[in-house]
Amino acid sequence: MSDARSEEILIATIAGMLAGLRHVAVGASSPVPGAAALLAKQRSGGAMRVSVLGSERHNFFTDGGKELFDCAGQGRIDAFFLSGAQIDGQANINLVSIGDPDRPKARFPGSFGSGYLYFVVPRVILFRLEHTPRTLVERVDFISSPGISDANVYRPGGPYALITDRCLFDFDKARARFTLRSVHPGHTTNEIAEQTGFAYDIPEVVPETPTPDAETLALIRGPVAEQIAEIYPAFAERVFGVGKAA
Amino acid sequence: MTDILSSIDPLAAKVTDGVVITLPPDYSGCANALWRAVIRRGVKDLHLVGVPVFGYHGDLLIGAGCVATVETSAVTMGEHGLAPRFTAAVKAGSIRVLDATCPAIHAGLQAAERGAPFSVMRGLIGSDILDRRADWRIIDNPFAEGDPIVAIPAITPDLAVFHAPKADRQGNVWIGVRRECMVMAHAARDTLVTVEEIVDDDLMADPSTKAGTIPGLYVSAVAEAKQGAWPQGLYTRYGNDNDHLARYAEMARTEEGFAAYLSEVVSGREAAE
Repeated sequence: MSDARSEEILIATIAGMLAGLRHVAVGASSPVPGAAALLAKQRSGGAMRVSVLGSERHNFFTDGGKELFDCAGQGRIDAFFLSGAQIDGQANINLVSIGDPDRPKARFPGSFGSGYLYFVVPRVILFRLEHTPRTLVERVDFISSPGISDANVYRPGGPYALITDRCLFDFDKARARFTLRSVHPGHTTNEIAEQTGFAYDIPEVVPETPTPDAETLALIRGPVAEQIAEIYPAFAERVFGVGKAA
Repeated sequence: MTDILSSIDPLAAKVTDGVVITLPPDYSGCANALWRAVIRRGVKDLHLVGVPVFGYHGDLLIGAGCVATVETSAVTMGEHGLAPRFTAAVKAGSIRVLDATCPAIHAGLQAAERGAPFSVMRGLIGSDILDRRADWRIIDNPFAEGDPIVAIPAITPDLAVFHAPKADRQGNVWIGVRRECMVMAHAARDTLVTVEEIVDDDLMADPSTKAGTIPGLYVSAVAEAKQGAWPQGLYTRYGNDNDHLARYAEMARTEEGFAAYLSEVVSGREAAE
């Protein structure tokens, strides 16, 4: 039995989906994707660029807040990460509110860059680390950004996968539908069916999400933990027990 | 010519009721000493534009009752969680929110800085962000068949307001790579800046500092404010006061707690500022 923490399994799984890419960007409120991107960079032998919003060390942009978006619009960013207070079965994401947006029952920070990046970045990995019928819903209350678009809408980018604290789904853009790809250790397909508010496909065989090997764990707990602490000190302290980098 | 002011009070007096103000993101220099002075003046009905998001500084202004409208891609306290006064005000319906997405804010400011009526951008089609923005339009790309694209009107703020490490006596302001502050200054009718220090050197003399400097042409007034971004950090100078921000996030969860915070940190600091 591996001693990997659940966050470490997520980090290693996401990093696996980034292998071979040239440029991965990480936005706000994304500690697990940030750590995954830094892990993928560590393993790439210098071939991958990673820019992490909020980092001084992992940020090579020199033209202000607009540059990330301009860069993505040109197709220079291969992967990005988005989350949602709600995500639905067509991969629509809601980062704004529950209920009437003018008098909401709950209000979240806002859509950030999702209304654009979801359209132009080829491999957008969705993450939601609370997998319940409250968060994975049949239909979102507010579409910050749609999962799919009409054929005449410029859309080189879009959803690639959805990772949660229980499992990993693939997304098929043509069918606008998720498929269960793997179940994290300690979780079951029945539990996932109970905890998911949208319909999805289930293959005959659903493997367990692999746990990271010793070498990967050493990278995560060493250089990756130290680097993510610059941006997410509270996360790094909680998961890895490391203090903020000097 | 840029006014070089001897204290922040005359700068705060330039922030009048109802003006449209661009705010930088948390990491690009927030003029918190100035905002405390603005709150003490009892300014009302501000329209805040996050470039493209904002945090503590805007939440403080919202909680203090200075804000009527918020136009932004997000309001967040980062690792300290939801912005408590923003969240409460939206739920109560006491502020108007114009939700955006980051590059739309940049697109609107870029139109303003070139004196154009609008910019166009990809994305947004099929979102409720676009659905709820009567001021944004889907137009046909005039250079291609069947290619809808979104037009974002110029955002021309009355004021851009931020804190920076230094300015010189000609009103040139050094911002390094925080170039959203440059765009903010280009787009706004007036730009008010607080700085850690006003230096005697000419920031335009050396190309390596000139490249990261907003020309005084765009800067209406500058005042010195030591630790002027506190409790937020300032690039190249100091970090966030995270203990303070965590305490704010906790206190501001209730109206009573926020009132206690204001009296301690805003009214209570008048003599010091």
